[in-house]
Amino acid sequence: MLRTILPLLTLLLACITLQPPATAQTTADQTGTELLDGLRAKSFKAKIAAVEKLAAGGDPKVAAPLTAMLEGRLHIRKSDRALVILEKRDGKKFFVDPISGETLGEAKSRSSNKVRVNNRLRGVLRSALGTLTLFSKDPDIRLKAARAIFKSADGNSLTILAKAYLDETDDDVREALARTVAATRLRHGSDDEKMAAVKILTDFSDQGVRDLLAKAALSAKGDLAKAISLAAASIDQRLAFFGVLQNLFQGISLGSVLLLAAIGLAITFGVMGVINMAHGEMVMLGAYTTHVVQVLVLQHFPDAVTHSLLLSIPVAFLVAGLFGVFLERSVIRFLYGRPLETLLATWGLSLMLQQFVRSIFGPTNREVIAPSWMSGSIEITGGLVLTNNRICIIIFAAAVFLTLTLLIRYTDFGLRMRAVTQNRSMANAVGIRSNWIDAMTFGLGSGVAGLAGVALSQIDNVSPNLGQGYIIDSFLVVVFGGVGNLWGTLVGALSLGVANKFLEPYTGAVLAKILILVLVILFIQKRPRGLFALKGRAVEN
Amino acid sequence: MISRRNALNTLAAAALAAGIGIGASPVQAAEDTIKVGVLHSLSGTMAISETTLKDSVLMMVENLNKSGGLLGKKVEAVVVDPASNWPLFAEKARELIQVNKVDVVFGCWTSVSRKSVLPVFEELNSMLFYPVQYEGEESSRNVFYTGAAPNQQAIPAVEYLMSEDGGGAKRFVLLGTDYVYPRTTNKILRAFLHAKGISDADIMEEYTPFGHSDWQTIVASVKKFASQGIKTAVVSTINGDANVPFYKELGNQGIKAEDIPVVAFSVGEEELAGLDTKPLVGHLAAWNYFMSVDAPENDAFIKTWQAYIGNDKRVTNDPMEATYIGFKMWVQAVKQAGTTDVDAVRQAMYGQKVRNLTGGMAVMNTNHHLSKPVLIGEIQADGQFDVVWQTEGEVIGDAWSDFIPESAALTADWTYPWICGNCKKPTFTN
Repeated sequence: MLRTILPLLTLLLACITLQPPATAQTTADQTGTELLDGLRAKSFKAKIAAVEKLAAGGDPKVAAPLTAMLEGRLHIRKSDRALVILEKRDGKKFFVDPISGETLGEAKSRSSNKVRVNNRLRGVLRSALGTLTLFSKDPDIRLKAARAIFKSADGNSLTILAKAYLDETDDDVREALARTVAATRLRHGSDDEKMAAVKILTDFSDQGVRDLLAKAALSAKGDLAKAISLAAASIDQRLAFFGVLQNLFQGISLGSVLLLAAIGLAITFGVMGVINMAHGEMVMLGAYTTHVVQVLVLQHFPDAVTHSLLLSIPVAFLVAGLFGVFLERSVIRFLYGRPLETLLATWGLSLMLQQFVRSIFGPTNREVIAPSWMSGSIEITGGLVLTNNRICIIIFAAAVFLTLTLLIRYTDFGLRMRAVTQNRSMANAVGIRSNWIDAMTFGLGSGVAGLAGVALSQIDNVSPNLGQGYIIDSFLVVVFGGVGNLWGTLVGALSLGVANKFLEPYTGAVLAKILILVLVILFIQKRPRGLFALKGRAVEN
Repeated sequence: MISRRNALNTLAAAALAAGIGIGASPVQAAEDTIKVGVLHSLSGTMAISETTLKDSVLMMVENLNKSGGLLGKKVEAVVVDPASNWPLFAEKARELIQVNKVDVVFGCWTSVSRKSVLPVFEELNSMLFYPVQYEGEESSRNVFYTGAAPNQQAIPAVEYLMSEDGGGAKRFVLLGTDYVYPRTTNKILRAFLHAKGISDADIMEEYTPFGHSDWQTIVASVKKFASQGIKTAVVSTINGDANVPFYKELGNQGIKAEDIPVVAFSVGEEELAGLDTKPLVGHLAAWNYFMSVDAPENDAFIKTWQAYIGNDKRVTNDPMEATYIGFKMWVQAVKQAGTTDVDAVRQAMYGQKVRNLTGGMAVMNTNHHLSKPVLIGEIQADGQFDVVWQTEGEVIGDAWSDFIPESAALTADWTYPWICGNCKKPTFTN
């Protein structure tokens, strides 16, 4: 980034000397309401003009009403047509003066009309707020401000940008400001300034800059056009590289979702040999448990709602696990050794469970609020964006997998479970209660499915059909990875996920899915026992 | 032999009774009640959307009975569950018409279910009211389409995106679920965009399977497609459940409506109910009705609905309005005809007027499509839509799109002298 600073400084000096200082004093003597009058206009065009005027005024007082307008909280009171901000406190609504922040009394429902905004106005508002908050104390707000102005690249904000850049101490914000200044110059500067701006922008590799260069290229001529196309090409090259990384991340993330959905099945189907078509419904139960836990937490501890997801992890495991034990004791234990009947019985169970949940919770989706640490994304560099919920799910899947492997490998229960799987009669002979182990194993598999439900509530619908979408994929993963082998499930899930994501850009989502299915079928033809086949005498019978 | 046949009959009757729930003794009751069939999925993937419509019809039947019934008779709803299974729709339709002797059917959501029941209604000359926006390119004598045709939803929405207020988009991503409605709509849209001078290089078309839940790649490629210096917009015909993960991914990857607006044709208040809409503020939907519209008819409808369902948080949506208009029109037409005879009611339907819920007037045209206003709404943080643009008056639904060459010349008109759903010349016969 050092390389960019020199040309940037010359640019900045140029604009400081050329541009007159902002005219903040014009609005100083106006009272608050007059200041905001324009926002009451009916047409979006008039509102845009009003917002632009306020931004040019540079009065920091108007930041609050503009923010409220952006968030849809700025209202016109019906009784006196005054502009007010609608605020919610402790479940009640209050009118607040937009400038002074003073409370004007409680708001009855339908006693005010919202000041409507559309997308164009929203862009203008963000940019206006950007110029007003560029000197905020909070570096995050300054960063946001710099980015908002980048999008509009408003020529009037150059002076203030230059000042902000020189004052800035935070590296990230400085970089964002450099990008914004260059973007604005590219849009409004002379040819020389544009050339300098292109040079600076070449170092950034995000799609916003790429978009900007493409836009500039439409009107550029001669040397400038050449410089722009060179810069665009170098950005494209880096973006392509990041694209591969991003694909890999998406593949792993899809793989981790598949792993979560399939790993419970790897226990019930892989280890016990039960074809459990109701596995998806265990996932669904987990997701609904998450919803119920959240509703309860909201009722009793409204402040702790961001942690309700963590609380639902053990609860969902228990609910789905206990239900699994109940299912094993009441239905499945009578069907051991009869795979076809198990298949039909569990299929029937899955339909019953779906309808059961539908009659209790209704057919519509249930909302599970994403905690703040799971929404949004991390920008590694400009072109590489990793979404938080996916990162969390990858970590969660890894943790579940690790716990499960350790449990099976090192605990007493794991030992008994393996013993029953390998040789039931011998295990019985040495005093293991194999019935009990069966129930517990099935419960464990179902409980893990419940955990998958917690994770899936963050990326998919919490609806009665949630499980159906995953049951086929889960069987695919378990069969592909090798029945009876947790590591096989891991490798199977990840390779299917990554393969799917690398195919998808070329073939589209529909064909990618079909291709994966065909590939797995071919693979199973070649290796009927999957990637990691169990060896030994147990397999033979 | 006879006893065996009897046994079979009993079995069939038992199966029917189990399937129907209401109205187990069909034939005798036909004299003193008027029967209304409800053919909406109450289980399976489409239950999420269709259950609401079943409840809407039941509510209106109840209200009609409270106000004295129809032609001096009580109205009785016969509800069947085709379980999101397309061939089962045809079977259940036949059962409603032949066994339960219903006078009219309200039902279907997906186009594929409508296509499946169409031959049944035509063969048995019965009447279906179809309440959902659809791809057009169809006109049946036995179906009244009370949802939007493409010229009442898709085309105005794209025109809005291309306008100054809509952001002046010149590059479009057409995203859809892989079945007949999105593919036909996108075919019409592509032809429309060509007519507006937008070349194929500026159109990206992508389809996904039903219930697609991993949108990472597609959202990333939309981002890339949009970074070529031309204002880009997404037109989404994604259906049902897949919308929620799609919008979540959009929000998480930080795509704001100001940068890349998404306009959806299958996302309404009901679909947003399970979703945190804060990151989605500003994305658009095109419908003929929004719950947020400030009109006395709408307020009254919402009040009745929430009272009927016993939940003051339940939302209303566009297909509900279409069901409402269709039901009211049918009632008016039956009153006017003085009978429930299908041919007489059909004649009485033409020109029938009902005040719609957004303060305008819905008129049934002779091509079996309604005149409707087109509204563009932006998603708000509370899961409702704010109307940002709307047509001056009502737009007449066009069964055959003018933008597809093979259908541009076709006319749908079921009155003399055309009497035809897909004619190039009047036919004069019936």
